[in-house]
Amino acid sequence: MNKPTTEQQLIIEGAGCASCVGKIETALKNTHGVERAEMNFADRTVLVSGTAETEALINAIESAGYNAKALNDSPGSDALEDKEAADWAYYKKLIRDTVIALSLGIPLMIYGLLIGEMTVKTTFQRGAWLVVGLLTLGVMYFSGKHFYVGAWNSLKNHSANMDTLIALGTGTAWIYSMLVVFVPDVFPLMARHVYFEATAMIIGLIDLGLALELKARGKTSEAIKRLIGLQAKTATVIRDNKEVQIAIEQVLLNDVIKVRPGEKVPVDGVVVEGHTSIDESMLTGEPMPVEKEQDDEVVAGTLNKSGMILFKATRVGKDTALAQIISMVKRAQNSKPPIGRLADVISAYFVPVVMIISVLSALAWLNFGPEPALAFAIVSATTVLIIACPCALGLATPMSVMVGVGKAAEAGVLIRNGEALQTASKITAMVLDKTGTITEGTPKVTDIVVANASNEKSVLQLAASLEDGSEHPLAMAIVESAHDQDIELLKTEGFNAITGMGVEGRCEGKALLFGNSKLMATKGVDIGNYSEKAQALAKEAKTPMYFAVDGQLAAIIAVADPIKPDSVAAIKRLQASGIRVIMLTGDNKETAAAVAKKAAISEFFAEVLPEDKANKVQELQWQGDVVGMTGDGINDAPALALADVGFAIGTGTDVAIESADITLMRGSLHGLADAIAVSKATLRNIKQNLFGAFIYNVAGIPFAAGVLYPFFGVLLSPVIAGAAMAFSSLTVVSNANRLRLFKAKDH
Amino acid sequence: MMMINIVGLAIIALIIWWFWLYKPDQTVTDSNEVLIEVKNGVYSPASIQVSANQPVTLKFLRKDESPCSEVLLIPSLDISEQLTLNEVTPIHLENVPQGEHTFHCQMQMYRGVLTVV
Repeated sequence: MNKPTTEQQLIIEGAGCASCVGKIETALKNTHGVERAEMNFADRTVLVSGTAETEALINAIESAGYNAKALNDSPGSDALEDKEAADWAYYKKLIRDTVIALSLGIPLMIYGLLIGEMTVKTTFQRGAWLVVGLLTLGVMYFSGKHFYVGAWNSLKNHSANMDTLIALGTGTAWIYSMLVVFVPDVFPLMARHVYFEATAMIIGLIDLGLALELKARGKTSEAIKRLIGLQAKTATVIRDNKEVQIAIEQVLLNDVIKVRPGEKVPVDGVVVEGHTSIDESMLTGEPMPVEKEQDDEVVAGTLNKSGMILFKATRVGKDTALAQIISMVKRAQNSKPPIGRLADVISAYFVPVVMIISVLSALAWLNFGPEPALAFAIVSATTVLIIACPCALGLATPMSVMVGVGKAAEAGVLIRNGEALQTASKITAMVLDKTGTITEGTPKVTDIVVANASNEKSVLQLAASLEDGSEHPLAMAIVESAHDQDIELLKTEGFNAITGMGVEGRCEGKALLFGNSKLMATKGVDIGNYSEKAQALAKEAKTPMYFAVDGQLAAIIAVADPIKPDSVAAIKRLQASGIRVIMLTGDNKETAAAVAKKAAISEFFAEVLPEDKANKVQELQWQGDVVGMTGDGINDAPALALADVGFAIGTGTDVAIESADITLMRGSLHGLADAIAVSKATLRNIKQNLFGAFIYNVAGIPFAAGVLYPFFGVLLSPVIAGAAMAFSSLTVVSNANRLRLFKAKDH
Repeated sequence: MMMINIVGLAIIALIIWWFWLYKPDQTVTDSNEVLIEVKNGVYSPASIQVSANQPVTLKFLRKDESPCSEVLLIPSLDISEQLTLNEVTPIHLENVPQGEHTFHCQMQMYRGVLTVV
């Protein structure tokens, strides 16, 4: 088979001069299958037509000494527009099919209801019903062809789906009716009934259901559409000292990009010039604009509010934070929580089981039914096939997950998969790391109590010199305090961090120790009655640390890390939803108690070494709790991984937190309460959907088979079954859509 | 009546055999690319056998307008892909564990199996 000729556009990297154009074009033209290759030097793209694979083209360009990539690897909105156009075309087709089928079905049904003569008794009736039968065949072809082709293909593949049921149901009704028309004498007089109206109505109603479902489905992906819509389409790049407006797919790493006030940041990068404030709320949910100046990171999709900036692109295409968020949300939207697995197992066996029930039902009527038994058998078999709705069962979980995960993303909560979503809804205990989670994570020196030292300044100089280079937040607070006071730092030697206790080192010939009381006790430093002073500081929610010089206590330095303004409110929201909130900190007990009290938390673990965080999570699990752990995602990785659900508090738009099940893109703990609220709402929605779908099928199928007939003389009409089936899956999708109205509480 | 009952039971036996007991032939491929058409409610081919030693790219060409065919899932490999209409969506697989990996749409109405030997 010949491959069709296609056009492909590639972006070229490393083409610095006009002479590269010829080299690249020649390399491409020498590639097998290339008919034409034209390079646009201004935007560094090349348009290739022919039958060659993209990979072969990239290899050719690479062997010519350049790099290349296909121009379709960004989460651009074009694909989305294509999808919407395709959905719209399909919707119009379904509506047209519905109109054709119902134009025949409705008059026939009205005739049946008013006149009631849907039987073949006279020659005239035979002729008239033959015409109607042929018209119904036309409806089956024009409006229902997709059911029959789909059913036939599935059947050939030894599988069965919704098409199989509809094709068998409507086909049986039509064939039976045509047999009645052609050979009426074969059938008992009472069984000479035709069901053309059922065939036409069922096809029309199910097409209508599919069309409405398609519309409703479109709404379930609104969140992802909004995220994709954040992506700018063009960027102003400085190339050869000139501003060039290019498509964002053509932006290369290290390009310098200009963003004016009111424009979106097109790719991720670092500011090289200018100062501005940027609205990141669309990604993080954080309402306040963030100030940006040189060396600060900017993120694709965010909105430049005030000043003009130049920034250097550090992540483009699929690598931007926005693209990663989109792909993570898409992946999560399509993943299934465990609650949906039973429905999956049932779906896999559903259709053949319904076919068997249909045959059994027909046999039961033929054996035990009243006259006309044959007509009853045909009606019940057809109705069973038509009423059974595997779609409602199959759609119940994915539709809710799609909306729930999207809703969470809108609130700056990224849920990794369906399992995390389900477990988050069941959390009974939430462990919060103190620093950076409950508190700002940027501690400041508040007190220096001098013991055996000359003055505060010399204490701070030595302590800051020792801590310089350490990345511990408390150490950084000491160094920053020294910088603020213009204190020059000295050179230290033999720096050694003692996990869970503090640090030691030498400076200007002095042995320095800085850390908690355990460190002082281990190293034999007498702290005398200074422990009381330390306790007093701790009760004020400050973290006191001892500083010793040459084995003598020199001072206590206290550092405090303010609680985030909205932590208390968010913690109360968690507690109000019945969750035990537990604080975890490496701080001493007094400080931990003071911080916990301020944060309205009654349970805490203090003096926990970093490696013990995971053990504390496990202790709670052993107590029978479903444990959520919230931390910064880096230091707390083992605890996050061990917890039933790990929540990583991101800083801004840092989404690459692999150890977390759920990433909160803003620092506020309200994100945590939102995540749990949205998980609970989604799970409730899934349960409603599954319950509805199960009950519908469990009750509908026996009803269609005629179990009520012996008691009440009622047998369901296939047309009613068709309407019920068409609207059952629509109900599931619409119920999932209700989740779009979910709003996290005001905060 | 006896005859009708026998025919009915035979139909039931046929359904059980056709849908559950019969093992269809697999498309065995040595190539590292397999084109799978998504059309008229089915994946074609729906049953593919590949060798465990080599990477393979499953190229899904969606020609089916129905939104049901839009999402492809391979749960055992944690893969979910959106299939664009009238376009090929490649899924590159490497080091896939031996055994059967089913792929299907969200509702499991479109079904296929990838067997790695």
